Amino acid sequence: MGTITTTILIPIVGMILLFLVPERYPKAIKWLTIVFTSSAFLASLGVLALFSSNQFNFQMVEAAPWIPAWGIKYKVGIDGISIWLFLMTTLLTLLAAIFSFYIDKRPRIYFAMMLLLEAAMLGVFVSLDLILFYTFFEATLIPMAIMIYVWGGSNRNYAAIKFFIYTFAASIFMLLGMITLAKQHEALTGVMTFDITAIQALVASGEFWQNTGNLQTLIFWAFTVALLVKCPMFPFHTWLPDAHTEAPTAGSVILAGVLLKMGTYGLLRFSLPLFPEATQAAVLPIMTLAVIGIIYGAVVAAVQPDVKKLVAYSSVAHMGFVVFGVFSLNQAGMMGGAYQQLNHGISTGALFLLIGLIYERTHTRAFKDYGGLKAQMPIFSALFLIVMLSSVGLPGMNGFIGEFLALYGGFMTAANGQYGLTLAYPVIAGIGVILAAAYLLHMFRQVFYGPLNPKLARLKDLKPWEIGLVGVFIVFIFWGGIYPNTFLKPMEKSINATRMMAINPAGQRPAWNNPNHEIDAQGNLVNINARTTTGDIDTSAGFEVVAAADYYAQGDSATSIQPKR
Amino acid sequence: MIQIPTIDWGVLMPTIIVFVTGIIGLLVEMFRPKQNNNLIVGLSLAGLTAAFVLLLGQLGAEPTTTIANMVFRDQLAVLLQLVMLGATALCFLFSEGYLRQRRIAFGEFYPLALWSLGGAMIMVGTQNLLMLFVGLEVLSIALYCLSGMARGDQRSEESALKYFLLGAFASAFLLYGIAFIYGASGTLDLEGFKIALYATDSTFVMAVFAIALMLVGLGFKAALVPFHQWTPDVYQGAPTNVTAFMSIISKVAAMGALIRVLTAADALQNFWFPALTGIAIATMTVGNLVALVQKDVKRALGYSSVAHAGYLLVGILAHLKMPVEIPLASVIFYFVTYTAMTIGAFAMISITAKDGKEGTRTQDLNGMWRKAPYAAGVLFICLVSLIGVPPTGGFFGKLAIFNDALAAGLPVLAITLAINSVISTFYYWQIAKAAFVDDEPALQTDFAHLNPGLKLTGAICVIGVLGIAFMASPLINSGSTAGRDTMSVIQLEPDVQDTPAIAVPIPTEVNQEVR
Repeated sequence: MGTITTTILIPIVGMILLFLVPERYPKAIKWLTIVFTSSAFLASLGVLALFSSNQFNFQMVEAAPWIPAWGIKYKVGIDGISIWLFLMTTLLTLLAAIFSFYIDKRPRIYFAMMLLLEAAMLGVFVSLDLILFYTFFEATLIPMAIMIYVWGGSNRNYAAIKFFIYTFAASIFMLLGMITLAKQHEALTGVMTFDITAIQALVASGEFWQNTGNLQTLIFWAFTVALLVKCPMFPFHTWLPDAHTEAPTAGSVILAGVLLKMGTYGLLRFSLPLFPEATQAAVLPIMTLAVIGIIYGAVVAAVQPDVKKLVAYSSVAHMGFVVFGVFSLNQAGMMGGAYQQLNHGISTGALFLLIGLIYERTHTRAFKDYGGLKAQMPIFSALFLIVMLSSVGLPGMNGFIGEFLALYGGFMTAANGQYGLTLAYPVIAGIGVILAAAYLLHMFRQVFYGPLNPKLARLKDLKPWEIGLVGVFIVFIFWGGIYPNTFLKPMEKSINATRMMAINPAGQRPAWNNPNHEIDAQGNLVNINARTTTGDIDTSAGFEVVAAADYYAQGDSATSIQPKR
Repeated sequence: MIQIPTIDWGVLMPTIIVFVTGIIGLLVEMFRPKQNNNLIVGLSLAGLTAAFVLLLGQLGAEPTTTIANMVFRDQLAVLLQLVMLGATALCFLFSEGYLRQRRIAFGEFYPLALWSLGGAMIMVGTQNLLMLFVGLEVLSIALYCLSGMARGDQRSEESALKYFLLGAFASAFLLYGIAFIYGASGTLDLEGFKIALYATDSTFVMAVFAIALMLVGLGFKAALVPFHQWTPDVYQGAPTNVTAFMSIISKVAAMGALIRVLTAADALQNFWFPALTGIAIATMTVGNLVALVQKDVKRALGYSSVAHAGYLLVGILAHLKMPVEIPLASVIFYFVTYTAMTIGAFAMISITAKDGKEGTRTQDLNGMWRKAPYAAGVLFICLVSLIGVPPTGGFFGKLAIFNDALAAGLPVLAITLAINSVISTFYYWQIAKAAFVDDEPALQTDFAHLNPGLKLTGAICVIGVLGIAFMASPLINSGSTAGRDTMSVIQLEPDVQDTPAIAVPIPTEVNQEVR
């Protein structure tokens, strides 16, 4: 059992143990959760320690048969796109669990759901099998819906079912698309498999979509709509404000920090590499939606009377930047999009946490109940200001790097006249940054300046552990803004490979399961014509290629990568 | 001199055990201590286990017929019989507690249910239409009695009467169809019918008519739209354990018989395939849409079972379209998961019965989460599985059916199924929500105590629902020959239509004697 599987299993074991603790010991339940979420975090640090930035391919791959008759297996691995998301999941869950010491209502199920959610989210980011991915992707629905429904606000039933049905409805068509992919692989090779590396290998050589008509476009949209709903992207975003407003604080942190990223991660992992031609054709409509989402999210956020709703709509705008960057199909833009995923998780997660801290004290989130908080809670105000400015995208903080790179990528693509983009796209998206500053500063003024609302006169400032909690976020805000290379470097090759998988002509695309394919220091693809030879052991890549005959015996495709022992 | 046909007792034994256990149960009932059915339950479970173990031994065995072609044993028959035996055992486990709470602890429940099961086992284990009819009647008549078991409860009486009248009508249709088949082919044997269909086309109109009539009869039992009208009333009125029992047994038996009849009639596929496609779409859609507005849990689950019959029909149609490439493994898999999740849900709902009263409106579940967390948890997991969310069995069942439907080139059915899964979310959510609600006053003052039998049923169902993804491979492998061996008995190609029927070897007694 490898490191990745261990990391996924830790929360599951924790969840099972939680049910053995009687509900009348809430302290024990809470501490047990902390123990398991921190162990998961440590395990994910172990994954980071073993991770190498020198290759684009999946690392620490583990594979085991699951349902061989249907070509489904348990296969996990991690690459530059998923490594930070994997770490962010364990970190944010740990912080959310610490915050949840405030929870008194049925703590056992609450923390069990949180651990289940963590395991499912971790699984999403490392699955290399479509059905395994789908299983984890959908498995996040139930715990999140329960968290919203049981511990949510007044309109929680509506919010929970809306959240559930939106995602479920969109992703079931993605499932049909996945089955079609496996069937197509079967039609070409005689082997039914949901392994994305096997499917992508055929896509890279161009065989996969040969003579399939508009099937590629159809399945691309089945995947992409499901993932855009999760992002969420205008016009599929309407579940998000409801879910965020009703969810408990920890739920909001996880929802904003990690769950939304499953959508954009899926775009990078599936939409781009598996449907290259369809991706290029879809750049214009998706960029249009992204730009609309950026402006729309900002404008709607500006008129919200509720702090949490404002941040929720700002998420729509921020995730618009992520999609904007990814679909610029430009190295800088895609790096920016991928990086912005992390920034959004940190900044918005921190904002929700701060709102939760104040909500625990005042039990209101409406602007009209606040005012003049700066004098009353100076530390809270300072922390809030830092986090908010990171969300605005102030230079020196992480948000700036991501948004700048995404806009730059979009600008370059438009300047080159690729995919029918015009300069209007980056320009309008840029206005979104200004709008973000406008509505966030407006919020800050309403909450923290002006005359002190008399009802707030007895508020106490943050306790040390609360400061520490927010402090973790702030460390990452400055780290990511001042020295982003720590985070950008490991992503670089994987992003570059994904970009080439999407834009290169057939036969010139890198393939995940060909260990000879590498990207050199200049970002060029080398050894593209090297064929995988059976039984060949490629020591430099850290993988060995299993002989085709062995793999056929396992009901798999011609070649596949196994972790080297 | 009349030749006595050879009898393969091994093939018959599971069915015989089930019937005999029923008879012994009835005898015990006469001498039992007052209102104490424990001995009968124990006996019945022992009988079911014995039959189950015997059948397990027959998995993978060669297809065979016995008693002059009257009984047919193939992989499909064995698997379906196993599913039904398991389902009956699960129902029996929680029945006793429920019946006592409802104050209808009649010992006759167990024998009647066993005979009903026996009828169903005959139905899926034969190629002879007369046997099929006998099986169906044994199944049905016992079920009519069972649904009226709550004497004095008007809804139960209504359900029995309604089921009986409509059921008798449907049986008449089936019988009429059988008569037409006899008229068309001169045989009651489905294989003979198949040969006759290929051999000549003079019987064509009669055969089409026969299939249409049989579809009505079997469609009624399987609750396919538009023959489903009885389902909600009967499901609501019958005691909950009977509802759970018949939602599985009746459906499995009717679907099994449908597969056999349609496999035999594959020469007429051009006629029944479009009709069944329409029926499948209607069944899924009507079942789910009408379930949305139900205020009663059992009624909603009744419509849900209509919808699931539609899902199953999609899998069956995919198999019938490409019988060799697509085995019935998915359908069997779906039956197993459907059994676990449906019985689990009904069993947990049965705790609303206490001290002779029972409330099954949706609000009656309010507060279940606090008062009976175990039951609420099991109910929740079963509902999630009914929606089809991974990693529950319901998801993998749907995945299998999607798989088959797309492989058979039936994307319209697959997309309809997908849309229906989404629609179904609403009413399952309503039920789950009712159990977890805590800001509305609970109508039900208290729930029945969870007896060990009920807990065990819940545990088995949850293990089945959550664990099936990890135990799927053996099930799929054993299901992968189901439906194929029926074909292997007669290798008929469309181009051998001119071959006289007599030339086709039918391996029956000849093989038996050789052994």
